[in-house]
Amino acid sequence: MKVIVCIKQVPDTTNVRINPETNTLVREGVQSIINPFDVYAIEEAVRLKEKHGGTVTVITMGPPQAAEALRESISLGADSVYLVSDRAFAGADTLATAYALACAVRHLGGADVILMGRQAIDGDTGQVGPGVAENLDIPHVTDIRKIEEIADGRIVVERLMEDGYARIAARLPVVLTVVKEINVPRLPSLKGKIAAKKAEVPVLKASDIGADPERLGLNGSPTQVMKIFTPPKPSGGKRFTGEPAATVAAFLDELTAAGITIRKQ
Amino acid sequence: MDPIRVIVNNCVGCSLCVKACPYDAIALSGPPGAREDKPTAVIDLAKCTLCGACVEACKRYKAIVITRTTFKGQDVAAYAGICIYAEHRSGKLASVVPEIIGAARELQKDLSAPVTAIIVGSGVRALTSELLSYGVDEIWMIDDPTIGDFDEDVQAELVAEIISEKKPEIFLGGGTVIGRSLLPRVAAKILTGLTADCTELAIDPSTMLLRQTRPAFGGNIMATIQTQNHRPQMATVRHKVMRPADKVENPKGTVVELKHIPVPKSHLEFLEFVEEKTATVNLVEADVIVSGGRGIKDPKNFALIEKLALATSGAVGASRAAVDAGWIPYSHQVGQTGKTVKPKVYIACGISGAIQHLAGMKGADMIVAINSDPNAPIFDVAHFGIVGDLFQVVPELIKRLEAGG
Amino acid sequence: MIKDLAAQVAREKIAPIAAELDESGEFPWEIVKTFAQADLFRVFIPTEYDGLGGGMFEMCLVVEELSKACGGIALSYAASGLGTIPIILYGSEEQKKKYLPRLAAGEILAAFGLTESGAGSDAAGIKTTAKADGDCYIINGTKQWITNGGEASVYTVIALTDPARGVRGSSAILVDKGTPGFDFGKKENKMGIRASATRELVFQDCRVPKTSLMAKEGMGFLVAMKTLDQSRPGVAAQALGIAQGALDKAVDYSRERHQFGKPISSFQGLQFMMADMATQVEAARALTYAVARAVDAGEKDVSRMSAMAKVFASDTAMKVTTDAVQIFGGYGYMKDYPVEKMMRDAKITQIYEGTNQIQREVIALGLIKESVRAQK
Repeated sequence: MKVIVCIKQVPDTTNVRINPETNTLVREGVQSIINPFDVYAIEEAVRLKEKHGGTVTVITMGPPQAAEALRESISLGADSVYLVSDRAFAGADTLATAYALACAVRHLGGADVILMGRQAIDGDTGQVGPGVAENLDIPHVTDIRKIEEIADGRIVVERLMEDGYARIAARLPVVLTVVKEINVPRLPSLKGKIAAKKAEVPVLKASDIGADPERLGLNGSPTQVMKIFTPPKPSGGKRFTGEPAATVAAFLDELTAAGITIRKQ
Repeated sequence: MDPIRVIVNNCVGCSLCVKACPYDAIALSGPPGAREDKPTAVIDLAKCTLCGACVEACKRYKAIVITRTTFKGQDVAAYAGICIYAEHRSGKLASVVPEIIGAARELQKDLSAPVTAIIVGSGVRALTSELLSYGVDEIWMIDDPTIGDFDEDVQAELVAEIISEKKPEIFLGGGTVIGRSLLPRVAAKILTGLTADCTELAIDPSTMLLRQTRPAFGGNIMATIQTQNHRPQMATVRHKVMRPADKVENPKGTVVELKHIPVPKSHLEFLEFVEEKTATVNLVEADVIVSGGRGIKDPKNFALIEKLALATSGAVGASRAAVDAGWIPYSHQVGQTGKTVKPKVYIACGISGAIQHLAGMKGADMIVAINSDPNAPIFDVAHFGIVGDLFQVVPELIKRLEAGG
Repeated sequence: MIKDLAAQVAREKIAPIAAELDESGEFPWEIVKTFAQADLFRVFIPTEYDGLGGGMFEMCLVVEELSKACGGIALSYAASGLGTIPIILYGSEEQKKKYLPRLAAGEILAAFGLTESGAGSDAAGIKTTAKADGDCYIINGTKQWITNGGEASVYTVIALTDPARGVRGSSAILVDKGTPGFDFGKKENKMGIRASATRELVFQDCRVPKTSLMAKEGMGFLVAMKTLDQSRPGVAAQALGIAQGALDKAVDYSRERHQFGKPISSFQGLQFMMADMATQVEAARALTYAVARAVDAGEKDVSRMSAMAKVFASDTAMKVTTDAVQIFGGYGYMKDYPVEKMMRDAKITQIYEGTNQIQREVIALGLIKESVRAQK
């Protein structure tokens, strides 16, 4: 069983802050991490390997510092890693990214299962998975909460929907994007961390993966960011301070005055 | 030429770009430019992702330029009209559909173009009158018994085929589980741009392009995006973000069945759907949500939150801190990596208001915050803020509400 | 790296359920599995046997981090370490090959059985016998208060092979769980470290092959003493972790708790308390690390230093946790808050692996011996 996991290195947006004076992003101290959803994908890949044998390869398209994320993948159980990196990739939107990743997957000889997290926490689009599948001309299913079984080249999965889950089957190869419900990722092992530290991360450039330069980076991106702005800082509404009995009473009075009720109807 | 350049003569070395860059790709290490005593900005192309934050920061001096060209797109002039994807499941239109029709009809005011809908599936004819009642001018339909609700590969092919035939300049879909899976596939098939989860859609009066605004970095930042050279300009919109279209008195739209388009066989096999009406469903649809955060201190204390939820007929939500601590299941998590909610009332108890939590709830009509820390960021977005110990305030609030206050 | 990973395990896996396991007294098998998967058991085992080749210092780093979250859960790890050390020091090649790789993988746990009801501080007073019979020993007797008792798979048992010679007739014997005649008493209901399993080991005509003997007959006591000398920094590390955990919680609380319109951390009385607590913890840390390093460097005379580290760290833990409860005030006394558990957990560190009174004797006797030697 050959599994390829596509991950993304992202800033830890849970710790991102806005500088109150300049209203811009405070960069210092914001760590780069593996996109949390991708960590679940790596864990699922390792579990597939433990169950079915085979290999887990983790790749990412990113700048040179993304090699750190790949090293971390090794400590989490990846057998091999590749950094898909080239100046030509810079500025890629999801279409160009999906194209580049698909080229890399093809260059690596394809896989039985291609996994990634359902979305990256900086972009939040969730578009790369389906895009990679389309470029490889293979089926995809998103929001996977469980891989039930793989047998004779057929996979059965559970897809998390808003109001339940759908059980879907497909013939391999497939692209699957996973949700957090799928597993509890293991902690890195010491042996893994030691291997990660020593690991050399091979780099795949645009020419290595046979990518059409027209389709890469900014050139390959139909969507363009015209403007980035920080939303105006809200100033907050009415504040009540004091003893609970008094503040609650004052608050409820305000609601009544405004004709709002929150009491159970 | 490099896609991004610093025009050294314009650069005053003010470092606003350095501070604005989320990827740490700019340093003031270049030779002096506009000011003899100040070094100029140098961009590390290896780290730069061309996000454009620095260009924005340097509006005053215009010292950073990004040169954009794209691969050849579709013949823009041949595309017209605003089309929406009529998502459906189990014989019902998705709840987001009236909202994207609403958005389309708003855009229609500026574009003077028809609002159309694409619907593919089995038995979808039955849904067309509802679509027309929202003011859709023309429906392009493929009704075939072999198309299952989950056969996304077939749906994507058919939608792409219809789009290349009918050539709408804009194509909108819902940011639902299905929408976020189907539309990217369609965009990749057609080779056009797709922007996910837009909070605002508008027509730029000078270019007549669709301006798509969406949050990024957990909602810290808003980005306005456009697709200049490719068609259709695609975008998805989440449930409860746009206003649903008003129903039309005498619907005049038409249904066009596209019988000539062959329906391929799906490579996906739908086995069954298992319904689970859990907390999640209640949370996203609830009118009132009472949420607990780190200030709850102990899983036992969630009982207090539940009590308040009961007293307000609300659902129980939680911040990531509470979920990560194992106090309440992930299905209750509100926030960037949890659920996005837009209730009428959101009562945040013991929640500090981290950006990624706000990303999930700041769209609520009324936000009430209860926190002992007067400096908690949640108070900045709250319409009403009660500073106090939640273990005293919440019981008091419950008492008053139960007494009919 | 080791410290960070142990800290991550403590934070993500131990901290959330520490209070629950303290209440139920249940053995933390799930967490032990996490230790295993993270390779924490490999840390102090030689590389020839699938270990990572670290020593006591590395083990102390792990024990300290785990103990910050829960001294009881950390003990399952540390006590297995205690039971592994004799095998590393005195095991035969077959014995090492049989047990060490599995211990390194965390597949099985180890335990160390010396104490009996009549032989605590007076360890020489043990009465468990191992009578030679053909190519076996027959073990009879009861060991008391053995950590990991009932959960571990391999036990190093100190028994009298030649009762007539007293202590010099004792031997160290490896006994596997499940050996006929080897049973366990009830699980003890303890004041603290309740997630750790403490049981009697009951031997009734328990037959083990003579190949289970470690080192030579008559060396039992030596094996025990050397083992304890080596592992004592581990107890110190546990005490250290408990103390640090309590200190951290107390400092955080003192900032949140407001009285007289101010956080209580602004009151000099408490500031001085916390400063003293922190200084003592830091001193305990320095001493513990130094001793661990000395042990690893193969320094010969570690008994005295080792005793000092244990005494100082455990006394510090008791004082710091008690002070932490004091800083929490009334809330500190309530089970809803974490510090009373830490105080209960800390107490045992002053008692087991040699009571602090015995440790002081060891130190004093060592000083006197040295003085005598120097004057000769």
